[in-house]
Formats: sequence, C-alpha cells, structure tokens
Amino acid sequence: MIEYITIGPEIVLLTCTILVLVIDLFLKDKNITYYLTISSLIFTLSAIILLVPQSKQIIFYGSFISDNLSALLKVIVVISVLFTLIYSKNYLKEQKMLNGEFLTLSLFALLGMMIMISSANMLNIYLGLELLSLSLYAMVALQNKSKTAAESAIKYFVLGALASGLLLYGMSLIYGITGTLNITQIGAFFIENQPDKLSILALIFIISGLGFKLGAVPFHMWLPDVYEGSPTPVTTYIATAPKVAVFAIFLRLLTEGFITLHIQWAQVLIVLSILSLVLGNIVAIAQHNLKRMLAYSAISHAGFIMLGLLAGTNIGYSAAVFYVITYAITTTVIFGIILFLSHDNKQCENLEDLKELNKTHPWFAFLMLIALFSLIGVPPTVGFYAKLAVLHAIIDAGYSYLAIIAVITSVIGAFYYLRVIKYMYFDKNQNPPQLNKNTNFLMKATITINALIILALGIYPAILMTYTTYVMK
Amino acid sequence: MNFELIIFYFYALVATLSALAVILVKNPVHSALNLILCFFSVAAIWILLEAEFLGLVLILVYVGAVMVLFLFVLMMLNLNIKELKEGFVQHLPLAILSAGIMLVQTILLFFNIKIKTMPEISSNITNSKQLGTLLYSEYLLQFEIAGVILLVAIIAAIGLTIRKKPKENKYQNPAEQVKSHKKDRLKIVKMKTEDYDG
Repeated sequence: MIEYITIGPEIVLLTCTILVLVIDLFLKDKNITYYLTISSLIFTLSAIILLVPQSKQIIFYGSFISDNLSALLKVIVVISVLFTLIYSKNYLKEQKMLNGEFLTLSLFALLGMMIMISSANMLNIYLGLELLSLSLYAMVALQNKSKTAAESAIKYFVLGALASGLLLYGMSLIYGITGTLNITQIGAFFIENQPDKLSILALIFIISGLGFKLGAVPFHMWLPDVYEGSPTPVTTYIATAPKVAVFAIFLRLLTEGFITLHIQWAQVLIVLSILSLVLGNIVAIAQHNLKRMLAYSAISHAGFIMLGLLAGTNIGYSAAVFYVITYAITTTVIFGIILFLSHDNKQCENLEDLKELNKTHPWFAFLMLIALFSLIGVPPTVGFYAKLAVLHAIIDAGYSYLAIIAVITSVIGAFYYLRVIKYMYFDKNQNPPQLNKNTNFLMKATITINALIILALGIYPAILMTYTTYVMK
Repeated sequence: MNFELIIFYFYALVATLSALAVILVKNPVHSALNLILCFFSVAAIWILLEAEFLGLVLILVYVGAVMVLFLFVLMMLNLNIKELKEGFVQHLPLAILSAGIMLVQTILLFFNIKIKTMPEISSNITNSKQLGTLLYSEYLLQFEIAGVILLVAIIAAIGLTIRKKPKENKYQNPAEQVKSHKKDRLKIVKMKTEDYDG
C-alpha cells in the first residue's frame, strides 16, 4: 500500500490524463478540455505537495525513488507546464491547435518527466525519456498545415532517436559490466571494482545521449531549428520543463551511479560546458529571430548547469539545481510575453518586433526586462545568485580557469540580451507591438507573479537556496 | 565438436552472410528478404541459448509484422536505386575512415574486458513463464509505463494523420433536406413593376 501512496502524484496525473482524453471525445467546446487540463495539473501539484515523503522512499524493487529532491523538481516541472499552458491559450486557439490531442500529449509528456525525475533504475530513465520525447515529437508536428513545423518535427525525431540510441547503448554496456540496472547497485559495483576502459566508453555514450537532450555543444544542432520551427507554445514547453527533467537524470546517474568515476566524467563535462558557453553566447549575437536567439541562449545556460555538476561537491550540485530551477522560471516569462504579443495573422518572431514595447505596454516591457536581466545575471534578479553559486562552487573545487571562461562568455552574452532591452525602450517603430486582444486577467496576473518570483528570489535567494542545499544532503 | 556447436556455426554463418547481403544486394526488396533470413537465423541462435521466448517473439514481431510492413512500403514506393546510390563514391573515404576508427576502437576494447556471463538456468520452468513472472512482479512499473508509451503512440499517430472534413465538402444530409421548409429557402421579394413606355 505504501508503494501506491509514494507513487501517488503519477497515478493522479495518469488518471486525470485518461479522463481528459475520454471526456474530450464528447465535448464540442474545447475550452472545457483546456480547463480540465489545467485542473489536472493543479490536482497533480497538490498531490505532490501533500505526498512529500518524510524520508527517502525507494519502491518497486528499487526502481522508483521519492525524496525531497524529486518532490522539488516535480513541483517545478508541473508549475512550468501550468504556466506554459496558461500563456499559450490564445495562440493555440488562433492556430486551431487547442484540441484534445495536444492537451493530453502535453500531460503525457509531463508524466514522462515525473517518471524521469523519480527514477532509480536505468530502465525507468529510458522509458520516462521516451514517453517525454514521443509526446514532444508529436506536439511539434501537430500543426497540420505548417511546413516548418513538419520539418522541425522530422529533425527533432531523427536526432532525438539517435540520442536515445546512444543512451541505450551506454546503458546496455553498463548492464553488461555490472549486471544490474539499479543506479545504487551500479554505484556499489564501481566502489568495489576499478572501472575499466569499457565502462568509461559506456559513460561517454550515456553523457552524449543526455547532452543531446540538454542541448550541449557538440550535440546542439537540433536545438535552434526545433525552437524556430515549432509553434511557440511547444517551444515554450521544450525550453523549460524538459531541461529540469533531463538535469534530474544527469544528477542521479552521475552522483549516485558513477560518483567514483568523477574524474572521468568531469573531464567530459568540462569540454562540453566550455564549448557550450563559448558557442552558445557568440552565435546568439548573430541571430535576428527571437526564438533562435533564445535557443542559443539555452545552449549557453546548459553549459552553466554542467559547470555546477562537474564541481563534484554538494555545493556544486545544489548550485546546479538552483540554476536549472531559476532558468526554467525565467524562460517561461520571456516566452510568455512572446506568446502574448503574437496575433492571429502576425506573430512576434524577430527581435525588431519588440521595438518600442515600452511605449505600448510599459508593464510587460518591465517584466521582460526583469527576465532578461536575470538571464544576463544582473542583481537584484535571481540569475545573479544562480551564476554566483555555480561560480563559487567551481572555484571551491579548484577549476578557477572554468570560472574565468564562464564570466567572460557571460559578458559577451550580455550583449544580445541588452540589445533586446534597447529595442524595447529606446528604438522607434512604425507599428509598435500590440498585446493579443484576448489576453485575459488570469494570464496577466500569472505572468506578473511569475516575473515577480524572479525578483523576489533575487532579493531573498535564501528561500530557495536553503531548500536546494537541503535536498542535496 | 558437438552437435549443438555445429548448429550454432551453421546459423551464425547464415546470419552473417545474409546480413552482408542486406547491404550489398542492389534491389531493396531483396535486401528486405535477406534481413528476414537474418532474423530467422538469429532467432535460431536464441533458441539454442534456451531463450526460446525471445526467439519466438523475434519471428512473430519482426518477421511477421515489421518486415511485412517494410516490404509493403518498399514495393509501393517505387524507389529509384540510382538516385539512392548518388554520392556514394564521393562520401566513401570519409565513411571508411570513421567506420575504420570505430572498428579499431571496438576491437581494442573488447580484447581486454570481462563481460559477466549469464548464470546457468537449471530449473524446469520455461523461459516464457519466468519472463511473465518477472514482468508482472519486479518490472510491473516499467510494464505499465511501456503501456502508456504505446497509448501515446496511438494518440500521436491518429492526431497526426486525421484529416477533418473541410466545411465546403459537397456531401448531402438527407435528414436535413427533408426537414427543410419552403420559408427557409424561398425568399419572396416585392418589387415595383417597372414602367414600360412604348
């Protein structure tokens, strides 16, 4: 019985999803499906919060783990999906994408992420990842008539399948070496046995597979095209919650399964993070498409997240958790505003489309300003503390040169965020951006709260920081 | 050399040759047929290893379902083989280089490793029964997740291929036609008569 209480949030979500799927068949008005989806998310959120375990619970023959870390990350993914769906309602309706398939697929993807976050077994990791990716591929392609969406769906599918293949290959080699799929037992095996060449090869396969999903250079090729080609609500979805879930797998595998191989995987992550930081920040400068620019920005932030991981200390891990959470919260604000400024016939696509936003909608320009400052890392926004915590952790771990590279590339990266701010506040525009006329009070209130969280956490980072430190103990 | 070993070598040889034939023959339909032969011999090897369930599933699923679909698609697509072979020579050096590096690395690796061998199965319980027991006990959760993944696949496939009837479709609805009244369709317009002079 205790098993079913521990896995309660997943059961609640799956039940709600299937109910939404079935009820949708009998509904003409898709608005009701939409509100049912939103309420399923709220049910799931309350189930997670109510069922936070007193101590670490490992159930289903050691394959499903529920602890404070999983509860925290699950709350974050559910909230990001909730925000994404709230912001994208008008867009979905105008592009005729507000249907049962899209909404249920987004719930299934969320289920996949929750399974990933809670997995203590490599099979669960793979199954959760596949559940997430399959739903996402379909969500990208669901816009029937769009050729760009179909193109990016194919790209996403082929490269995603390749990444899953790499991951699976690595996992099967690890299974061959250790004879177990359980992450804790793998950790125990490597404490007793010296790793041979084959286990390092397997480790590299696993890191490459996960690097693909996180969008780290040199596995980043899919990211800009998918961000640009997908419908904006799907881009918002891909850009926020899945990063947290993939990060959770990274954390579980590297810190529990391969902790004794830290020297080996740190080397791989050093290369990945330097390349991501440099390439992401420099190429983003050349972009004129807003979503493409944010894709390269996502690559550079993936580099930062990996920096926190490779420090190999508890401070580093909690800094990385802090970073990934704040990154997800900040990105939802930016995409939310892009969604609000998109209309039936004219979408907010290029940087120029944001010119003079301050004149027409000063409050939204201000919220965007907070989010962009947070991505640059300017105090008093939370991005500053996230970067500070990561840099602090890697300097403590003795990688000062990485900290220097990270700071220099962040300064380079500040340019393209500041350019957006300049466009919003100081440039002239013939037809300044207008808010979608159907933007209702709920959406405005949500995005305001979302942006003010960034500011509040920046002023009192201790609220989240103590929690991320606590969950990594 | 015992009998089992002879059978193993026979099927291993057939599997390797047919796998080579898959990539070497010119006609794609022939490659698909060779792949079926390859699956059959691998299934035979699995049965030799006392993994009869895997062997049967390989034949049922891959040969019975997947490859038949594959053949259908190949025959319907009218492939132009010349077009497929374009750029083959051009990319050959790079392909050989990367494949060669991979091959050398794998050979080097597999010379100095020890893979755990599977424990000897000595019970009388059949393979399928053991797998079934495991699936519904230890791997219950994973089994359920796999079920959800299949559900997602169904929803995605239907969602992507469904074409809703366009509104201007010219189909007739007899019930609606019968229900209609004169006043719905006929509009009587009063007009002044025009003066007609000579």
